[in-house]
Amino acid sequence: MSLVGARVIRKEDPNLISGRGQFVDDVKIAGTAHMVFVRSIEAHARIKDIDVSAALECEGVIGVWTATNLELGPLPGVPGLERPALAKDKVRFVGEAVAVVVAENRYAAADGAELVLVDYEPLGVVTNIGDAIAENAPLLYEAVGSNTVMEVPSPDDHQQIIDEAPHSVSMHIVNNRCAPSPMEPMVCLADHGPSGLTLWASFQAPHHLRNTVSSWLGIAQDQCRVITPDVGGGFGAKVNFTPELFIAPTLSKLLGRPIKYTQTRSECMTQMYHGRAQEQDVDIAFDDEGKILALRVMVYQDQGGYADPTGMGLPALTTTMAAGCYLIPNVSVAWKNVVTNTTPVAAYRGAGRPEASYLIERAVDQIAYTLGIDPVEVRRRNYIATENFPYATHSEIAVYDSGNFAGCMNELLNIMDYDAIRTEQEGNRDDPTKPLLGVGFASWLEIAGFGPPGSLEGFGHLGSWESVQVRIQPDGSAIIYTGASPHGQGTVTTFAQIASDYLGIEFDKISVRHGDTATIPQGIGTLGSRAVAVGGEGVKTASMKIVERAKKVAAHLLEANPDDLIVEQGNFSVKGTPSQTVSWGEVAWTSFRPLEIPEDVEPGSLDTTVLQQVPNFSFPSGAYGCVVEIDKDTGDTRVRDMYLVDDCGTVISPMLAEGQVHGGVAQGIAQALYEEVKYDKNGQPTTGTFVDYLIPAAPELPSFTSGRICTPTPNNTLGAKGIGESGSVGAPPAVINAVVDALRHLDVTHVDMPATPQKIWRILQGDKK
Amino acid sequence: MTFPITITVNGKSHEMEVDPRTLLVHFLREECQLTGTHVGCDTSNCGACTVLLNGEAVKSCTVLAVQANDQEVQTVEGLASPDGPYTPIQEGFRQEHGLQCGYCTSGMLMAGTALLKEIESPTEEEIREHLEGNLCRCTGYEMIVRSIQWAAEHPDGIPVKIGEES
Amino acid sequence: MIPAKFDYKLATSAEEAVSLLGEYGDEAKILAGGHSLLPLMKLRLANPEVIIDIGAIQDLSFIEERGDHISVGALTRHRLVEQSDALKEHLPLLAHTAGHVGDPQVRNRGTIGGSLCHGDPASDLPAVVLATRATLVISGPNGERKVEADDFFTEFWETAVAEDELLTEIQFPKQTGQQWSFQKFNRRAQDWAIVGCAVQHGGTPGIGMINMGTTPVRAAAAEAALKSGATNEEVAVLADDGLSPPSDIHGEQDYRRHLSQVLLGRALANT
Repeated sequence: MSLVGARVIRKEDPNLISGRGQFVDDVKIAGTAHMVFVRSIEAHARIKDIDVSAALECEGVIGVWTATNLELGPLPGVPGLERPALAKDKVRFVGEAVAVVVAENRYAAADGAELVLVDYEPLGVVTNIGDAIAENAPLLYEAVGSNTVMEVPSPDDHQQIIDEAPHSVSMHIVNNRCAPSPMEPMVCLADHGPSGLTLWASFQAPHHLRNTVSSWLGIAQDQCRVITPDVGGGFGAKVNFTPELFIAPTLSKLLGRPIKYTQTRSECMTQMYHGRAQEQDVDIAFDDEGKILALRVMVYQDQGGYADPTGMGLPALTTTMAAGCYLIPNVSVAWKNVVTNTTPVAAYRGAGRPEASYLIERAVDQIAYTLGIDPVEVRRRNYIATENFPYATHSEIAVYDSGNFAGCMNELLNIMDYDAIRTEQEGNRDDPTKPLLGVGFASWLEIAGFGPPGSLEGFGHLGSWESVQVRIQPDGSAIIYTGASPHGQGTVTTFAQIASDYLGIEFDKISVRHGDTATIPQGIGTLGSRAVAVGGEGVKTASMKIVERAKKVAAHLLEANPDDLIVEQGNFSVKGTPSQTVSWGEVAWTSFRPLEIPEDVEPGSLDTTVLQQVPNFSFPSGAYGCVVEIDKDTGDTRVRDMYLVDDCGTVISPMLAEGQVHGGVAQGIAQALYEEVKYDKNGQPTTGTFVDYLIPAAPELPSFTSGRICTPTPNNTLGAKGIGESGSVGAPPAVINAVVDALRHLDVTHVDMPATPQKIWRILQGDKK
Repeated sequence: MTFPITITVNGKSHEMEVDPRTLLVHFLREECQLTGTHVGCDTSNCGACTVLLNGEAVKSCTVLAVQANDQEVQTVEGLASPDGPYTPIQEGFRQEHGLQCGYCTSGMLMAGTALLKEIESPTEEEIREHLEGNLCRCTGYEMIVRSIQWAAEHPDGIPVKIGEES
Repeated sequence: MIPAKFDYKLATSAEEAVSLLGEYGDEAKILAGGHSLLPLMKLRLANPEVIIDIGAIQDLSFIEERGDHISVGALTRHRLVEQSDALKEHLPLLAHTAGHVGDPQVRNRGTIGGSLCHGDPASDLPAVVLATRATLVISGPNGERKVEADDFFTEFWETAVAEDELLTEIQFPKQTGQQWSFQKFNRRAQDWAIVGCAVQHGGTPGIGMINMGTTPVRAAAAEAALKSGATNEEVAVLADDGLSPPSDIHGEQDYRRHLSQVLLGRALANT
């Protein structure tokens, strides 16, 4: 029986459901001191003076450091725009670290931080792209001379094609700033002793952190061990090099004690890098039939106060995927990266692709509306057909691997009764007792499986491969070590499923280990929906290598030809002679006994490491349908039904894949209806806690109806494309298309996210857009 | 100043002097060394720190340890004995994939435990309403709802062997 | 996340609490369930030097039927209020509303007195106190005094309870034969109301509004109209008459005005 594709119960769960998980704050080391930051209350200001005297007097406080008495180089970042570890002369966003207090315990550290007095000279503040690029705007970086820190123009704006097209639509689209908000904020614990550094961190990429921290500290990598134990969610936000990851090791060395930092949620809201925060000018030209003739996209990416390498690359991902699943003969893209006095922006689940699917799916709906054609039909008229794959897009980065966009839509219409919803919608419109109904679609496509050479190096990673080591134990059980360190994805389970199939060892006898640079060979990390598409393929590659070697030992024991052996359910047997069999345990045991193995087999050879590469990205896709209800009196908007058809190629673990989709869709609905990080005109965050930043709970979300089709990717032999970000890519356009659909009779053409009741009420009042 | 308290946690009495500002969650995590209860926010919104105080679900980040003096606390570590079996709610979360990263899970388990004590067979709507004070960022809640339904349908547990269903 | 240091005093009786209040004055804060105070202390928005914990005073947790009214002890937790058979029968508006405060965990800890003394215009229970014209019993150094609901909520987060006083009991007139409705508009079930209202009518109409001013307020104009026999529609449009709701990120003033009319309309349609 193959375990790939089977519904299995997770190996991760027993610890986590019994309170025996180990998150960083659960790690206790004797002598640990606690670190708390003093954070800027100004969005843009010069630091005139920092008075630490009262804090130093505070009971339990060991020391207070500022940029003056702890001289640290800038953090790894974008040349010329680096973030200082502690703000030196100037702060650029509310929450920026200006001082750090270390105390005997977290209570004393919090007390000390309250007593540090900082004297600021406020400067002009820009909190949004429009203000930042206006003439005479206050500059965050005087030396750069502009708040536009990077500009990529388009070689051809296709103006003539757009002008001459029978129809065109222009839209200005805002993709609202979101706080990734994993339930566990950032936590780290550094123990930097004479023999080197051990750094526990809630991080998605332990080796990436090890490489960077060791080089920043100037210590050899062999003396730097990074451990990412259980990690309470990441969503892209735990791969950024924030100050605590460098300051904790520095102070640990200085003080000769372990140092722990436990971020509070309020801190997390301004410290953990935000996502989205994009504005787009979109022009789409089309003929009378709704066939798209040209698409032009100008992206403005808010970088926040400091430019992060991933943040700088977000518009590249957006523009790469801007044409979605449509055959568009002329695509023109350009972008600008702009700094503002806000929290820095980097990856958040989908990282640049939700922004792409949102713009193209909104634009396609506008075509349907303009021509009076059904939105499903317009999509069908423009899909890239199955015979067009591989499909070279306007972008050098993206050659779509495979897909069946029409098939996804067909399946979606199988699981939702579109006609009945339209009938209900008509009936509701004039019935004062019923809510307005809207139905929206998204035929989304994303780029995933970050693994082809060069795809991650630009973001500062060592490579784009993923490491997998398969090590057979003397009793025939197996341990898989991987650099694809998970934080909720269930990799321990999915990798064991793959390994079980290709090693022929029972699922129960396979462990998967991760998150420790001392025991895992090397690694990149879990991001960009790559763990299965790259690392999972590595599990297969390594397993097959091991089996090939093991067959030599087994053949020796069975006095048979290795090529005649098959392995399954923990046994090697001779094809056609099932009675001639030897167990994996015997083979493994023998492999460690030099006198008992053939001469051409090395003792201990059942241990191999691969750095798995893949030739191209994968492109998961799907079709989502959303039904919203709008309260005609209050504008309250709720998702009633969500229909989800995913095509992520081969599914390793259906229950886990479904969980990934649900979680992404929940975040997508949240972005569309509930969540937005906001600032007042002075750059003060107005959504700085979970009281005001509205992460939906169970009553606010619907149950989901799922369907699936499977178009394997040719870029790995598993055929798996990646599933982690699908929901957050597909859900926002489906929801907003449904909201706009519900308001069509009022000639509404667009509603910016989040579609709050107040916003909808204003529209219902006649304040149309 | 310190204040003497005695709190029974998972059946075991803990007697000590605490700074009165000590939050119950920190008492459990730091003094009792029970780290299964987590902190996810600082405004009583997320419910990750939910424990049972005298049998009722409370957010242990919004209770001072001194307020629990002479009372009984049950944490996630107190649900099942170390050698099992899991309680139906724990088993339900495993069977129905009610957790991903596992950080909110203890709070969900304790809130779910309190719910099933009150309503034996809750509807989906009742489950969702009862979990209004618990945030999860991974699951989208549907599988958490299913997990609690599983527990309601299997009051004696009934574990299914790993890999058996496909 | 971490409250500032404070001295902790455990009061075992209302008298002792009052005496401790007398001793420490404005340095002290009363701790009941802690669900209004502790969140503020954790964010260091409140830093009392002395905490007087009244949580152990059993005498202050009760629900008693006394003739034409029901007395509820200030320390009675929302959960008990929600589940009380006496309240369900005689004061269903209170029992129902208590079931909508915060979330289940909050309701297991928070107390009616703590919620009222916080004086938060966004809280649910003050609206019921106003709508039902409850009487609040306050203990002080000179003994007990009674304050009518209308005089209780004085300013933003301020009540008639003086620094040396303790709210001990709330006396709610029974809702005999009266109809009632509670309406709460929020984004998430766990959130405070953006706007809400507690309505009773049949005898003396009462309309308490949530988040429609700097204090909990009654919709006096709407009440008067209701009393004079105006239609539901005529009453509803008066929901915000004379009130000055706040503008914040959850709702601007005009939207709150509109919501108050919608919610009052719904409440009246339900009664």
